[in-house]
Amino acid sequence: MKVIEGLYYSKEHEWIKVVDGKAYIGITEFAAHALGDIVFVELPEVDADFNKDEVIGVIESVKAASDMFTPISGTVIEVNENLEDEPQLLNSNPFENHIAVIELKDESELEELMNSEEYTRFCEEK
Amino acid sequence: MRGNKMSQLKRTPLYEEHVKLSGKIVDFAGWEMPIEYSGIKQEHIAVRTNVGLFDVSHMGEVFISGVEAESYVQRLVTADITKLKQNQVVYTMMCYEKGTIVDDLLVYKFSNEKYLLVVNASNIDKDFAWMLSQKKNDNILIENMSASYGQVALQGPNAQKLLQKLTEFNLDDIKFFYFEEIQVQGIDCIVSRTGYTGEDGFEIYADKADIVTIWKTLINFEEVSPIGLGARDTLRFEAGLPLYGNEISQDITPLEAGLGFFVKLDTDFIGKDTLVKQKEEGLKRKLVGIQLLKKGICRHGYPVCDLNEKEIGVITTGYLLPERDYSIAFALVDINHANLEEKLFIKIRNKFYEAKVTSKKFMNKKYKK
Repeated sequence: MKVIEGLYYSKEHEWIKVVDGKAYIGITEFAAHALGDIVFVELPEVDADFNKDEVIGVIESVKAASDMFTPISGTVIEVNENLEDEPQLLNSNPFENHIAVIELKDESELEELMNSEEYTRFCEEK
Repeated sequence: MRGNKMSQLKRTPLYEEHVKLSGKIVDFAGWEMPIEYSGIKQEHIAVRTNVGLFDVSHMGEVFISGVEAESYVQRLVTADITKLKQNQVVYTMMCYEKGTIVDDLLVYKFSNEKYLLVVNASNIDKDFAWMLSQKKNDNILIENMSASYGQVALQGPNAQKLLQKLTEFNLDDIKFFYFEEIQVQGIDCIVSRTGYTGEDGFEIYADKADIVTIWKTLINFEEVSPIGLGARDTLRFEAGLPLYGNEISQDITPLEAGLGFFVKLDTDFIGKDTLVKQKEEGLKRKLVGIQLLKKGICRHGYPVCDLNEKEIGVITTGYLLPERDYSIAFALVDINHANLEEKLFIKIRNKFYEAKVTSKKFMNKKYKK
């Protein structure tokens, strides 16, 4: 299972890449594989504020709808609209296709997340 | 995490084969079954365009035999059993006195004195107890043989061509909803031209030890894909076929479920009086097809609302199916909102999505009649 170094990871299998105080959020390959064929993504609204652990979107596979949580608090400044027409990008290339970009409210929340090594171990224990 | 619980689940004779094929195993009604192998979408398309192989060994087989078998089975189900020819199969339902559904099932007629009833895996114990409770003084034997039989379904446009390679019996001689006791690979089987996908195909029953041999041979044909429970459900739904626990249950009658075609009110069966009365008085709710008019997906349990956002029903099954742009669904709705083209809302995560009532025939079935 592919895991990329330098990203932050949550227990809910989201990845976060921080660039200039902006956090790109997506789902990991582990999550994409567990979900199966992804057929629909409900993106958050731009400008919406979220607290850590709130549901920011929904990812639907053929079989089920799964909530997507944000492991960090902040304001959505951009969403990946490509996923509206091509939700399957999350299966084919989960690390290249973020779901939303969030302006970080509290950088210290990142410290609670896992690094790539910790996340790899976390997945192996699953 | 799942170890303890899963170890108490039942396994079909084909469990090891599913693991070998990297099937994603889940708990399904107390059975460890594969939900998918290559992916639901790919498997769905494989059955529509080529051939899919399903493990349905978890289904229940109950034999009814004896001189009063015909009259007993007739009392049990909504079909007209007296019209069945030898070797014919019928899709039917068992009802409670109050007209609601114990289970939907297939009845195989071997003779006036021997029938096979094939019931849903999750309902085997309940159904068997119901059958015993209705036996009264009938001179019959009711045998639950579920643990002895394995069953596979071979479904898709190339099903006959492939199965023919394994039997000397001319499969053209098994018409739609008929069966034969024949040898497949030299193994004694019951082979019926039935299935639950909307495609031509066969259901094959054999001793549980022998079903593994048949599975292994069929799966080795390049044309055949193994199909899990995920695509099994999308296929039956697209074919407009109901599923116990979704469209039908102990809380709904066959008439409300839109299955009146399978209810022969000129015969006598348990629950008939209630159904006759329900028909006379008119239905209060009905199962309809739904098409969502914008992007989104209807799911089982989502509320259906009128244009004033008042709840008037519920989605029983819904998907975004492979190769379709819009989500379609079955919904049980108030009869006043069951007209074709009627506009409705589906409440998805507290937002209202525009939808309309459609035919439940989402596709043309390709049965070989």
